[in-house]
Amino acid sequence: MTDELAAARPRTLFLVFLSIALSGFGGVLPFARRALVERRGWLSGEDFTETLSLCQSLPGPNVVNLSIVVGSRACGWRGSLAAVAGLIGAPVVIVIGLGMLYGRFGALPQVQRAIIGVAAAAAGLVIATAARMAEPLLRSRALSAAPFMLAAFVAVGVLRLPLPYVLLVLFPLSVALMWRRPQ
Amino acid sequence: MKPVWAILQTLAVQFGVLSLLAFGGANAVLPEIHRQSVAVHHWMTDKDFAALFAIAQAAPGPNFLISTLIGWKAAGIPGALVATAAMCAPSCLATFWVIKLWDRHRDHPWRAAIGAGIAPVTVGLIFSSAYVLVRAADSNWRLAVVTAASAGIVFFTKLNPLWCLAGAALLGLTGVFGTP
Repeated sequence: MTDELAAARPRTLFLVFLSIALSGFGGVLPFARRALVERRGWLSGEDFTETLSLCQSLPGPNVVNLSIVVGSRACGWRGSLAAVAGLIGAPVVIVIGLGMLYGRFGALPQVQRAIIGVAAAAAGLVIATAARMAEPLLRSRALSAAPFMLAAFVAVGVLRLPLPYVLLVLFPLSVALMWRRPQ
Repeated sequence: MKPVWAILQTLAVQFGVLSLLAFGGANAVLPEIHRQSVAVHHWMTDKDFAALFAIAQAAPGPNFLISTLIGWKAAGIPGALVATAAMCAPSCLATFWVIKLWDRHRDHPWRAAIGAGIAPVTVGLIFSSAYVLVRAADSNWRLAVVTAASAGIVFFTKLNPLWCLAGAALLGLTGVFGTP
């Protein structure tokens, strides 16, 4: 933890995460790194990577978890609250506004035509995200990773089994396997 | 139609549970959100779901915004606020608590095992989300080409994904995909 982070107050945390949220069109993470590491010096580059991988192994969106962690290290629960409010407040208002516009004008043929295009492209973004995350795992340990990837995909995507039960089976198996064979 | 408070209660419970299962973010629980909102509760059609997801992707901010829109579609502004709060609060509290443990027990071996064990399952879940979205969004081959192109562009280049969405919207306006 840097001195800059220790000196950060809730108000600053709120404003910094607000600016991260609003610049993060199409992915917040690169902007978070730029603001927290390069501009503010709240985290070192290594801290950022380590904290992020921790946030990735917890439930919830990475960046939201990141705001909780950075806020908490700066000034406890007040810091976390300020950071997360800054991060999610404005996007929630904006997306409700967009939803209302869609509700009002969604029936127009022009809007319908544009939206079906955007929906198709958005599905492609998710494929790319999954592929990016799959690549390093398949390169480094395909044998232990691929069966769990495939099992989760078939159970949840194809068979549409309820998620809680699927995770209750797959997580313990996968973690136990990693525990027995430390990297 | 169920009374609003009953829907709000359903939203709170459903997203509250999903919040704690959303390893890798909201995209990991997207198939479950889809199953609940389309098949179980009939809040919307498959097409509505794809459209709302597209709006959530086009908006700035983290990717849990799809839950805000589902809540809004199911029960208006109160629904949006309840779904957002339910999707965020449990995982935020969990993170807040875990980080305290974490900072106390640096370099413990279970950290690595848990992280490494969760990763492949999470990736499989995100592929599931992609599959659900492709089935909802790609009603003809032209749309499937758009999906493949945007996946390829984002995977192989550093282009801001928003350009893919904007390009697809413009293509759509010309009418090449037809009108649903």
